[in-house]
Amino acid sequence: MTVMVDIRSVHKSFGPLDVLKGIDLQVRAGEVTVVLGPSGSGKSTLLRTINHLEKADRGEITVDGAPIGYRRAGDRLYELPEREVLRRRTKIGFVFQDFRLFPHLTVLDNVVEAPVAALKRSREEAEEDALRLLARVGLADRSRAYPGQLSGGQQQRVAIARALALKPRLLLFDEPTSALDPELVGEVLDVIRDLAARGTTMIVVTHEIAFAREVADTVVFMDDGRIVEQGPPDAVLGAPREERTRAFLAKVL
Amino acid sequence: MSSDTLAHAPTAPETPGPAAVPRIVPQRRYGQWTAAVVVLVLLGLALASVVRNQAFQWDVVADYFTTGAVLRGLWLTLWLTAVVMVLGFALGALLAAFRLSANPVLRAVGSGYVWLFRSIPILVQLLLWFNIGALYPTVLGVRTVNLLSPVAVAVVGLTLHEAAYAAEVVRGGILSVDRGQVEAAQALGLGRLRRWWRIVLPQAMRSIVPPAGNMLIGTLKGTSIVSVIAVDDLLFSTQLIYHRTYQVIPLLMVATLWYAVVTGVLGIGQHYVEKHYARGTEQAR
Repeated sequence: MTVMVDIRSVHKSFGPLDVLKGIDLQVRAGEVTVVLGPSGSGKSTLLRTINHLEKADRGEITVDGAPIGYRRAGDRLYELPEREVLRRRTKIGFVFQDFRLFPHLTVLDNVVEAPVAALKRSREEAEEDALRLLARVGLADRSRAYPGQLSGGQQQRVAIARALALKPRLLLFDEPTSALDPELVGEVLDVIRDLAARGTTMIVVTHEIAFAREVADTVVFMDDGRIVEQGPPDAVLGAPREERTRAFLAKVL
Repeated sequence: MSSDTLAHAPTAPETPGPAAVPRIVPQRRYGQWTAAVVVLVLLGLALASVVRNQAFQWDVVADYFTTGAVLRGLWLTLWLTAVVMVLGFALGALLAAFRLSANPVLRAVGSGYVWLFRSIPILVQLLLWFNIGALYPTVLGVRTVNLLSPVAVAVVGLTLHEAAYAAEVVRGGILSVDRGQVEAAQALGLGRLRRWWRIVLPQAMRSIVPPAGNMLIGTLKGTSIVSVIAVDDLLFSTQLIYHRTYQVIPLLMVATLWYAVVTGVLGIGQHYVEKHYARGTEQAR
C-alpha cells in the first residue's frame, strides 16, 4: 500500500528540552497507527508536527507526498505563507484531548464552520453533511445544543464529527479519551473503531492498550523522544523485544 | 402518609419513632429584619427631605426638563458619547492588536500610547487640543483654529483618552479566551480574519461587555467636561440657563435627572447584550 505519512529524522526541542530526537516513521494509507509511551515521551509533539501545529526544527514530514508547512526545492524547504499552510492542513483532521469545541456555537455550527469557511462550500450542503456525520457519531438529535450542555463523551464525538467534516485524508487523535470519565471512554472508542473499519488512515496517541491491541495495524512505542520499537500489535504488545517497552507495559497493564 | 403524620403532629409524642423523619426549622433572622427596617426608615427620611426642601424648586425643574435648549444639549451629549465610544473602541481594538502582536515595535508603540494617554488628565488634554493653534498655527496651509472647532476638539480629545482604556479592556477580553480555541481553529484551516471574528471576538465579548458598559456610562457623564471649552452639551446648556436666571440647583437637577435616565436605559441595554454573549455558557453541564 502507498505511504500516506512519511516522517524522516524529525527533531524538535523547546528551549533546552529535546522533545523529539530523530523520528522516522511511515504510515500507510488505510492503516491505523497507535502511538504509546509514557508522559513526556514526545508522542503528542510528534502528532502536532504532522499537521504543522508545531514546526519541526530538523527533518521532513510529508502527507500524501507533500510537506504541510513547506515548499520543497532541491535540498531546501521554504516556509509557506500561513494561507497556504491552512489550505494544506484541511486534508488532515485533528482531535484534541480536551475537545476544544467552540463553546459559543451550536453543535451543528461547530461542525459546519470549517467546510463553509475553509473549503468554501455552501451552507446547505455543509449542514446536510454535518447532520449525516452527527448521526454517524450518534448525536443527530443534539445538533441544536451548545457544547456546554453535552457530556464529555458527547463533546468528543462532536469534535470527531467536526474533524471529519473536512473529509480529511488523515485523522490525528491526541489522547482522545484521556479527559473523559471512565464510563464515557467506550462511546468515543466505538466511534474511532467504526472509522477504522471504514479504512480511514489514522494516527492515534492513546493510553488505551486494549484498544491498541484490537484496532491498530501498527503499534509504535515511544520513550524519551525516540521510537523504541514498532510493529504489529501482537509483536509489540505481546512479545516486546525492548526492555523499556516491557517495563512500560508492565506498569500500565 | 405524610399528610397523616402532619395532621397528628401537635399531639405526637416528644420522642419520634424510629421511622419518623425530623422536621427542619429554619433559623429566625431577626438581624436581617432590623437592618431592613432601619435602612428603609433612613431612606424615607432622606427622600422626604428632598421632596419637602423648597430650595430644590421642583416646579422649576419640571418647567425646564424638556425645554428646547436642554433637549439640544442632551442630544449633543448622546451623539458625542456614541461617537467617542465607537471611535475609541475602534482605535482601542487596533492598539490591543498592537500590544498582542509578535512585532516588538508595534508592542512598544501600543504600550507607549496607553501609558501616555492614561497619564494625561482629560481636562489637560482638552485644554491642550483647544490651544493647539499655539503649537501648530497652520496645518497643510489651513489655520488650525479653523480646523478644530470646540466640538471637534471634544471628539478628538475624548476619543484619544477613551482609546487608551478601551485598548486595555479589549486586550483583557482577548487574553481571557483559551489559546486552545485559536489552535483548534488553525487545525481546521480557518484563516486569520475568520478566527478573529468568528471564534475569538465573540468569546472575548463576554469579558469585554461589562467593563465596556461601565466605560460607556462613564463616558456619558465624562462628556460633561467639554463644558469647559464651551461645547453646549447637556451640562453646559443648563449652565447657560442658570447663569441667566440664577436658578442653579433646579437646573443642575435637570441635568442630573437626564444623566440618571440615560444611565438607567444603558444599564438595561447592557443586561441584554451580556445575555446575548453568554449563550452556550449559562447551562449546567
